[in-house]
Amino acid sequence: MFFNIILHNIPSKASPQAQAIEAEGAYLLRYAQLQLRNPAQAEDAVQETLLAAIEGIARFSGKSSLRTWLTGILKHKIIDQLRRSAREQAFDVDDDRAEAEAIDALFAGDGHWRGMPSDWGNPDAALENSRFRAAFELCLQRLPERSARVFTMREVMDMSTGEICQELQITPTNCWVMLHRARLTLRECLELNWFDGSRR
Amino acid sequence: MMSTCKHASELMSQGQDRTLGPVERLQLRLHLLICKRCRRVEQQFGLLRAAIRRCRDDS
Ligand SMILES: [Zn+2]
Repeated sequence: MFFNIILHNIPSKASPQAQAIEAEGAYLLRYAQLQLRNPAQAEDAVQETLLAAIEGIARFSGKSSLRTWLTGILKHKIIDQLRRSAREQAFDVDDDRAEAEAIDALFAGDGHWRGMPSDWGNPDAALENSRFRAAFELCLQRLPERSARVFTMREVMDMSTGEICQELQITPTNCWVMLHRARLTLRECLELNWFDGSRR
Repeated sequence: MMSTCKHASELMSQGQDRTLGPVERLQLRLHLLICKRCRRVEQQFGLLRAAIRRCRDDS
C-alpha cells in the first residue's frame, strides 16, 4: 500500500535515477519506523524524502552513496516530525515520576542491582537470533515516548546529545537521564521477554 | 568512596554519549572491578547499541 502511494507521485516513465531512489524506499521506511513510532508519520517522512530527492536529484553529487544522501534528507524530515510531536506532548510530571520510580525499583535500597543481570552470551549470536530481534523491537515499542524519542535520535540517527538538546530544547542532564532510563528499561524488558524465554 | 550500581549504570550510559572525566572513569573502573552485575550490564549496553544499528541497517 505504501509503495502504491509513492508510485502515484512518480511519473510513469521513471528515470533510472528515480528508480534507484525508489529502490531505497524500504531501507528508508525501516529507518523512519525505528525513529517515529507512528506509522503514518514514518510513511509521510519517507514520502516527503523520496519526492524531495526526485525533485532535487541534480544536487546529488555522487560523492557519498545514494543511501547516505537520502538518509540525510530523511533525517531532516524526521526531525521536523519529532519537533512537532514533542511540542504537542506537554511534559507530564506524573509520567516522569512513574518513569523515575520504575528505574529506582531496579535497585535495592543500598543502590545495588536487585537481581543478577543475565549473561547474554555472544553478542553476534544474539544479533543473528530472530527471537532476540523480535523481542528487541517489541521492547523498543514499549519504551515511554519521551525516552524513546531521545534514545532513537541518539542511536538510530547518530545525533550527539548536544544536537538532540538543541532540537528538543532540553538540557544535557535531561538528555542523559532519558538515555539512561531508555537503556535500563530496554535491558530489563529484554531480560524478561527474551533471555528468560530462551532459557526455557 | 564506593559508588553504587545505580551510579555506575549512569556512568556506563553516559560513557556512550560523552567522554567521561578522569574521576568518573576511575570510579567506574573500580566499580566494575568489584561488581559482576555491572560488568554484565556493561556488556548488555553494548549489545543494545549494536542491536539498534543492526535493525536500522538490515533491510
Ligand atoms: Zn555494580
